[in-house]
Amino acid sequence: MSKSERFSWFRFSSPQTFYPLAGTLQPWFAAAATLLCAAGLYISFFVAPTDAQQGEAYRIIFIHVPAAWMSMFLYLVMGFWSGVGLVLNTRLSSMVATALAPTGALFTFIALWTGALWGKPTWGTWWVWDARLTSELILLFLYIGFMALQAAIDDQRRADKAGAVLALVGVINIPIIYFSVKWWSTLHQGASVSMKSAPSMATTMLIGMLVMALGFWMYSIAAVLARVRCVILERERHTEWVMEEVGGQA
Amino acid sequence: MLEARRLECTRGERRLFSELSFRLGRGQLLRVAGANGSGKTSLLRIMCGLLAPSAGELRWRGRPIRAEREEYSRSLVFIGHLNALKDDLTALENLQVTAALAGMSAEAGRMLAALDRFGVAHCAELPAKVLSQGQRRRVALSRLALSAAVPLWILDEPFSALDAGAVAELERLLAAHLASGGMVVLTTHQEVQVVAHAVLRVDLDAHTAALLAA
Amino acid sequence: MIRALGWVLRRDLLLAFRRRGDVVNALVFFVIVVSLFPLGVGPEASQLRNMAPGVLWVAALLACMLSLARLFAPDHQDGTLEQMLLAGEPLVVLVMGKVISHWLVSGLPLVLMAPLLGLQFDLPGDALAVLCLSLLLGTPVLSLIGAVGAALTLGVRGSGVLVALLVLPLYVPVLIFGAGSVGATAAGTGAEAHLLLLGGFLALALVLAPWASAAALRIAME
Repeated sequence: MSKSERFSWFRFSSPQTFYPLAGTLQPWFAAAATLLCAAGLYISFFVAPTDAQQGEAYRIIFIHVPAAWMSMFLYLVMGFWSGVGLVLNTRLSSMVATALAPTGALFTFIALWTGALWGKPTWGTWWVWDARLTSELILLFLYIGFMALQAAIDDQRRADKAGAVLALVGVINIPIIYFSVKWWSTLHQGASVSMKSAPSMATTMLIGMLVMALGFWMYSIAAVLARVRCVILERERHTEWVMEEVGGQA
Repeated sequence: MLEARRLECTRGERRLFSELSFRLGRGQLLRVAGANGSGKTSLLRIMCGLLAPSAGELRWRGRPIRAEREEYSRSLVFIGHLNALKDDLTALENLQVTAALAGMSAEAGRMLAALDRFGVAHCAELPAKVLSQGQRRRVALSRLALSAAVPLWILDEPFSALDAGAVAELERLLAAHLASGGMVVLTTHQEVQVVAHAVLRVDLDAHTAALLAA
Repeated sequence: MIRALGWVLRRDLLLAFRRRGDVVNALVFFVIVVSLFPLGVGPEASQLRNMAPGVLWVAALLACMLSLARLFAPDHQDGTLEQMLLAGEPLVVLVMGKVISHWLVSGLPLVLMAPLLGLQFDLPGDALAVLCLSLLLGTPVLSLIGAVGAALTLGVRGSGVLVALLVLPLYVPVLIFGAGSVGATAAGTGAEAHLLLLGGFLALALVLAPWASAAALRIAME
């Protein structure tokens, strides 16, 4: 590299240069995630006060709500990166989008699970058709659809682009779906069985949820970095640098 | 008029060809040759604008085809392996739809005349599903009889499944088109006269383009 | 451009007319599915009346979805789709022509059939009228969104079930407001809000879906 070459972030837009960068950054995000999640759990179990109506069981909200936030956020990020891959025809963006999907689906699943765990002691049923849970369920279907479509198409470039179109259609639809489901649930359920009737937010609770959310975000970045490295190795397996990389470790 | 600059095509993980360049001018015929699987159909699809090359670009009248896809599409006729015939429509109806979508008049008399040139006018009122392989191919090709004004003809194995009479008629059409300044790109396994005098030949096996004297 | 749309529409309608069996089958499917519900939950009248909007809408949705297999796949197989991509006309217009013909053949019959089935569930007259209207607004949206799904899964293994997986979550808003409008009418509260929203969905879908389908078709044909 000559001295006159300016540093540009675009250097990292090729899989070959991104791969080592991801490897370096990943442990830092993993560490941050561990710290933040530990802090969040501490706050949720020890610092936040017991709720008068719901007792200790409500504490699951500290996982449920941040997980739901992450599931929606990650879908938007996934939509963004696959859109970039579609418009600019870059391979790495599409790889990142593909790597994001399982993590997003995981958080959706966690949100659903914790929702059920909350419902049982509080209202006696394992499932409640309230707005958030139902929206999360549909979001899970959207994630699964994205992954299924990419898995079904053999040609990689076509899979990336088709997934991008689907993700973008999903991004437009998510607000519509959320609004529709919210409307539907207020009409049919009434306020008694809504998860929005969580205890009114004391500041500590809000901080606890934000800390957990940040922790989940760090985890997501760490997980996606690790996964995108695998995706890069798999897709670029015929290039020289990958063969050296893998051959060197054999 | 049709210029390819360093075209490269990668399908899946195989690189079919790279650094392919040629220039096709008015009145010239380009024959794409190569073994099965060497990328002939992919090259033709790139030339139609259906497939984007993994590197390089294609220019029509000096402008990249990606910039003006619709106008480029209007300047070409593509007849591929599939005949693009609807089984449940008659030969006449099929040709009418094809002509209308290409922006031409769909008047029945013109269609019948075109079908007649390939000897399938008697099939005009028959649904395509009862026609033989050869008859269907001829119905598909009769589109060319309507396309004299379309500059670029891209044909994938046009002579396959044709009898001698149809082969001769197709040759006449191609020759007339070239004589009036049109361009033809085709692939074929058969050694036909008009093709034997091909001005340009691209041999995908060798990744080379060789100019043969006319 | 309109001429090209007209020809695509004419061709598809002619084909549907010559293969009437396909069309009728979808309608029969609708009727059968609707009839399964009373068999499943029992013939108690008030329960059926409550369920009717949802049942009719879900059945219409499923029937529409099944018919998506006829939208692009046959054209893809015989090469006519390729020619449509190469026609000098904007692909969006041609796709619009196909979607319109798909709706006329698969959606409109459902709209006409639904009131008869609604009678089986003892829905009152005004609810039946709203049912028709909601389906009239909603089934085109189903065709439009379905076209995107069909285009994305063109030629893919297992595309039948995959289309369902992709498209059904996107159908949820239409289902909610479609069935909701009928329920609201039956309950005495007004259905204007629902119908207006359905109209809004239709407008949005008309603008976005053909464009997304055309993009998906080009991707599929590469």
